[in-house]
Amino acid sequence: MRMLSLIFRREWMACFATPLAAVFLLVFLILSSGMTFFLANFFERGQADLSGFFIWHPWLFLILMPAIAMRLWAEDRRTGVIELLLTLPVPTWQWVVGKWLAAWAFAGLALLLTTPLWVTVNWLGTPDNGVILASYLGSWLMAGAFLALASCMSALTKSQVLAFIGATAVGFIFVMAGFDLVLSAVRSWAPAVVTDAISSMSFIQHFQRITEGVFEVPALIFFFTLIGLSLWLNVLIVDLKKAD
Amino acid sequence: MALVETRSLVKRFGDFTAVDNISFSVNRGEVVGFLGPNGAGKSTTMKIISGFLEPTSGQAFIAGHDSHKDAIAARRHLGYLPEGAPAYPDMSVAQFLNFIAAMRGLTRAQANDRLAELVERIELKEVWDRRIEALSKGFKRRVGIAQALVHDPDVLILDEPTDGLDPNQKYEMRELILALAPSKAIVVSTHILEEVEAICSRALIVARGRMLIDATPAELMAMSPEAEAHSAPKHETAHHSPLDAVFRHITRDHRDH
Repeated sequence: MRMLSLIFRREWMACFATPLAAVFLLVFLILSSGMTFFLANFFERGQADLSGFFIWHPWLFLILMPAIAMRLWAEDRRTGVIELLLTLPVPTWQWVVGKWLAAWAFAGLALLLTTPLWVTVNWLGTPDNGVILASYLGSWLMAGAFLALASCMSALTKSQVLAFIGATAVGFIFVMAGFDLVLSAVRSWAPAVVTDAISSMSFIQHFQRITEGVFEVPALIFFFTLIGLSLWLNVLIVDLKKAD
Repeated sequence: MALVETRSLVKRFGDFTAVDNISFSVNRGEVVGFLGPNGAGKSTTMKIISGFLEPTSGQAFIAGHDSHKDAIAARRHLGYLPEGAPAYPDMSVAQFLNFIAAMRGLTRAQANDRLAELVERIELKEVWDRRIEALSKGFKRRVGIAQALVHDPDVLILDEPTDGLDPNQKYEMRELILALAPSKAIVVSTHILEEVEAICSRALIVARGRMLIDATPAELMAMSPEAEAHSAPKHETAHHSPLDAVFRHITRDHRDH
């Protein structure tokens, strides 16, 4: 546990080693609130809730989470530090989990900085704060899934740009999986089991159930399982690709 | 018991055989020079011993622990300077060495004592608070050495420790290695022959992944073509030490394999 917390702290510091962190947080705040007010017509809807805020998160995260995670492994591979890390007396999985946790904590910080919106709706009316809290936690969990996938892609390459593109592409598949556009294309030739399987992989459907205020155990299981599997795959990829 | 041992190491990348049946062992007090032209398989062999790469076949041991099957135990005994002396560019020297010390399990007090000693010995004081990306090649290399020595390991594996250093720094690095030698088993790779004469108790010459020679520097000298021609070795000229001649002599025969 001591090693894991050391790795976490080192990666957390690395997030702030460049002005990139500040830029990222600013972009996240501007985009998320901009979408809430202008695209989702926060005021015109006349409802004191944050559904117009959370509805955009899958799309925002699709771009922003790869931007956080692209550095995680690609940079260590490019500088060669990975050879140093993986010859310290620490198992690979602790590096994988430590790096991912730091990125996840950073995503949590970005979400925390949006709490003025929550204060605003409480000032304007009487929203269901339980739903808002659940939505925040659901959003953070979904961010974790995006980050775990992106961390895998980062371990595949030495180039942060390629890691970003790969992570966005994979994320896109998971976001699009629930749409009729995709499902009807598959439904025409595949058996129902396959269509159901694809739609059950959808980030948006699982996330929406959480934001509707339903305490969704399957959605939680889905995100946790996906994170676990991705991190497990991440360990394999690191061991397989570290020396290339 | 040998502190470093390799048994018939083989490493293939696709069709290419980078390391071809290399076996040797190193005891405490020995400094073994790993010599060979670029691409001979020196770095690959060191990566396998350190546990970074998995061998295609064969085994490597550090202090009796298999560096793959018992990797964590093996790594505790190892100080390793990878090729190019990599370090986190965004950290200062102080942050980086403290991080490595903590990862090596030193307490804060132990780390402070140990790092204070290393800073003196490796002369890092003037760059202590500077970011690693802003350091010269020579200082980067010294940070890499410091990192390998933090936990006072039994085994040191140093991949080209003097590469990129100026003549004074090279001299200091060799003095440091000699000073450490009695208490450790050290493997050093280099393609500078004079280094072998200066610090090594044994030299292993590899070319195309194969080990050609395992001999003391004195034995190497005796193999010199000049030594064969004359009863005593000729005076060294500026660019051609007798060892250079031996080296060319030995590796030339293996170029067409």
